[in-house]
Amino acid sequence: MRAADKGALQTPQGEQILPLLNAFLEFMGNLGLFALRAARRAFLPPFELNMICRQIGEVGWSSLPIVVSSGLAVGLVLTLHTRSTLVRFGAESMIPTVQSLAFFNEIGPLVAALLVAGRVGAGIGAELGGMRVNEEIDAVEVLSVDSFKLLVIPRIIACILALPILTVFIDVAGIAGGFLAERSASHISLHLYLNRAFSMVGWATFIPPTLKTAVFGFIIALVSSWFGYNAVDGSVGVGRAATNSVVVSSLLIILTDVVLVKAIFFLFPGTAI
Amino acid sequence: MNDVPTVPDVAFDKVSKTFDGRPVLNDVSFSIAPEEALCIMGRSGTGKSVTLKLMVGLLKPDAGSIRIHDRDILKLDEDGLSQTRRLIGFLFQSGALFSPFSLNDNLALPLQRLTKKSKEEIDALVQTQLDEVGLGNDRYKMPSELSGGMQKRAGLARALILQPSILLADEPTSGLDGVTAREIDDLLLKLKEKGKTTMVIVTHDIRGVRRVGDRLAVLDQGRVIALGKLQELQEDENPLVRALVSEDCRNEH
Repeated sequence: MRAADKGALQTPQGEQILPLLNAFLEFMGNLGLFALRAARRAFLPPFELNMICRQIGEVGWSSLPIVVSSGLAVGLVLTLHTRSTLVRFGAESMIPTVQSLAFFNEIGPLVAALLVAGRVGAGIGAELGGMRVNEEIDAVEVLSVDSFKLLVIPRIIACILALPILTVFIDVAGIAGGFLAERSASHISLHLYLNRAFSMVGWATFIPPTLKTAVFGFIIALVSSWFGYNAVDGSVGVGRAATNSVVVSSLLIILTDVVLVKAIFFLFPGTAI
Repeated sequence: MNDVPTVPDVAFDKVSKTFDGRPVLNDVSFSIAPEEALCIMGRSGTGKSVTLKLMVGLLKPDAGSIRIHDRDILKLDEDGLSQTRRLIGFLFQSGALFSPFSLNDNLALPLQRLTKKSKEEIDALVQTQLDEVGLGNDRYKMPSELSGGMQKRAGLARALILQPSILLADEPTSGLDGVTAREIDDLLLKLKEKGKTTMVIVTHDIRGVRRVGDRLAVLDQGRVIALGKLQELQEDENPLVRALVSEDCRNEH
């Protein structure tokens, strides 16, 4: 950094900037190293299939009720809101199309990821944090068992696999919620609603946004595992790990989404209308 | 300071360790002969548990060398350290059983990963080890279902499952009632009488030291202030050493 730039960062208002910037860069560097370690170890035996299956159950199956009920509620509310607007323009028939495009493209993937970040991210942060402060991770290491492979890799794989599947469920629940709201307002038939809903939905509308949630799953597991695996300061540290896991992974999901949406528009120009 | 003439199983040479600039161990040297039981006592925060964690490579010293079976563990790569750890059993203060696993799985884990034993052999070994510590009927319980004393015994069973040549025990009787503490001491004594195991026991319990220990090291402010047989230390000129080894201030917790 040039001396002039450094001086600018150390003005009275900027005195806090340099340490914050340092802390941020240090965190991102550590997270990057953690990700590299995960990528390297994931392809080495043993493959911890039992732990992966257990985690898929924890991440996927246990998150299903909250994901489906949220999808249903968001679908309902979204239709109520869009209806009041579209009716004014005489575009009532577009409601199912708007609903499905919104859910498949953005609402489904993003809401599913944020819900999982809240439920699973906090769980991973707290669970691994608890194991760290209770010396369980040290105990596993002392037994010459690779704790990183046993605890972190299965969680990352489980989140990567589970999140796209959960996204399909939230999409379906969202469409169902939209149908219920529209049905109560206009008595539309299910057949007509689905026809309209899927009239503009192609594979390119559905597959890339659904698969991008695998990246969100990676972020949730990576960030939460990092905070939990490196927890210190007893029960206070466990609480901090859980909170930071949710906050940081949610923020990174939203920021990454911007990049991924641009990438999808670039790779599938038809989806960018 | 007493030193052991044979090639020691564990040797600390001028080991120092600081945390956030605060010295915890300062120029600590001692060695432990094969099949010897060394107890370590000292006030809280004097680096006793840190000493054990340094021995097994969970922490790295700022200076000095640590040799296990004549191998400098600081110069070992990840595989070398893993090989050395197989020779060491570690009983953590809390037991530190792996909470998502049952007692059976806790003991079977290292056997599955580090040996080529069949499932039947592993089952038999786990059962034998649990019977040894009196937990044969609790095999499929989760750690959360066990009492503090049971967790310590389970932790001991796990520490011994690979038949290590060195056992490190961090306050094996702390937080336990007198009867349970005596049971844990009995298990350690039984292990000692079998021979073949070098033991390093961090403790506050002078009765346990009398029963199990061959020598006692007293740590204070990061230094070894006394090292020798218990009878010798009872006459030590340092009042802290005399106070620690006297029966009266036994088991402060």
